[in-house]
Amino acid sequence: MIENGKTIKVGIADMKIAKAPDKLRTAGLGSCVGIILYDLHKKTAGMAHIMLPDSTLARGKTIHMAKYADTAVETLIRKLEEVGVRKVTLRAKIAGGAQMFQTASKSEIMRIGPRNVEAVKKQLEKYRIPIIAEDTGGSNGRTIEFNPENGVLTIRTVNLGIKEI
Amino acid sequence: MFNQMQLDILKEIGNIGAGNASTALSQLLNKKIEMNVPMVRILSFDEMMELYGSADKKVASIFLQFSGDLTGNMFFVLSVEKASTFIQQLPGLDQCSFVLPPYSEMAISAFQELGNIVASSYLTALSEFLRLSIIPSVPAVSIDMFGAIITYGLIEISKVSDHAIVIDAEIKDPFSKDKNGFIKGHFLLLPDPDSFQKIFSSLGVNQ
Repeated sequence: MIENGKTIKVGIADMKIAKAPDKLRTAGLGSCVGIILYDLHKKTAGMAHIMLPDSTLARGKTIHMAKYADTAVETLIRKLEEVGVRKVTLRAKIAGGAQMFQTASKSEIMRIGPRNVEAVKKQLEKYRIPIIAEDTGGSNGRTIEFNPENGVLTIRTVNLGIKEI
Repeated sequence: MFNQMQLDILKEIGNIGAGNASTALSQLLNKKIEMNVPMVRILSFDEMMELYGSADKKVASIFLQFSGDLTGNMFFVLSVEKASTFIQQLPGLDQCSFVLPPYSEMAISAFQELGNIVASSYLTALSEFLRLSIIPSVPAVSIDMFGAIITYGLIEISKVSDHAIVIDAEIKDPFSKDKNGFIKGHFLLLPDPDSFQKIFSSLGVNQ
């Protein structure tokens, strides 16, 4: 069956749900992490583009759910449940969390990528969602596209080409 | 968010900083460098990521953080073509390019040094004008997606807000080979949210 569907854009600190033949895409992941939770039988997936490891870092009045690893994973699960996907059937793929700048600086911001990855993994473990594949760390920016039809995550970088996980 | 006078002050800050930086760049390359009137932009994070096209547009960028009385982030962003043109003006680097990897270490370190000189000129002028201490970190280089780079300037802001205030000053040069009209060279100054009040108070203007 040839069906193209549309590609749904996920912005920074944003999350979206898609069903095949639609795809999910987020561009320019640096220290941010792209989290995909999916159910291959239902061909349904959710993608979040998180910026920070923990919502306790928030100093504002309102908490933006898709911005933090902890609130994003929780909300993504709930949104998928709302469209009839059960938590136990969910699998995860993650990408991003790079350290874009190689410096001797020990500042918290320079290490934010690896901390984001760590935080996402902790959340997925908390909800017992297995990570099927990941492309994290390194020093390259990533644009990712997920196909809920077959569970393939395509990762594009400007310096290392394209790969699928 | 800001009144007209405050916006004018922020614009003037860009003018003073980037003016000094383009003079430094001009002396370094021994070429004429011009500057456009800086813009103060208040942008959502998505708009910030797509400031110069798609979030995965490849650019050459210098990044540094500053501390002291004022804190925040500064970027010097160029198209890879323009960054290559700049580097090629320096002795022994006329064959170097950032258009395709691998990039020579010599070229990266020359670009870093160039960034160091222009960014320090920018911040020194700012510090003298405001009479506030500004201590820049050692600048770092990345040749990569604009969105992936600029998020480093949004981390601190994102803890309190969903919008960034950026002072954007564009520089241009008459020896441009960059025909595609993409970014020429941009100084992007992103003060941390707490620093705006300090800027205004130092000039006797209340927020």
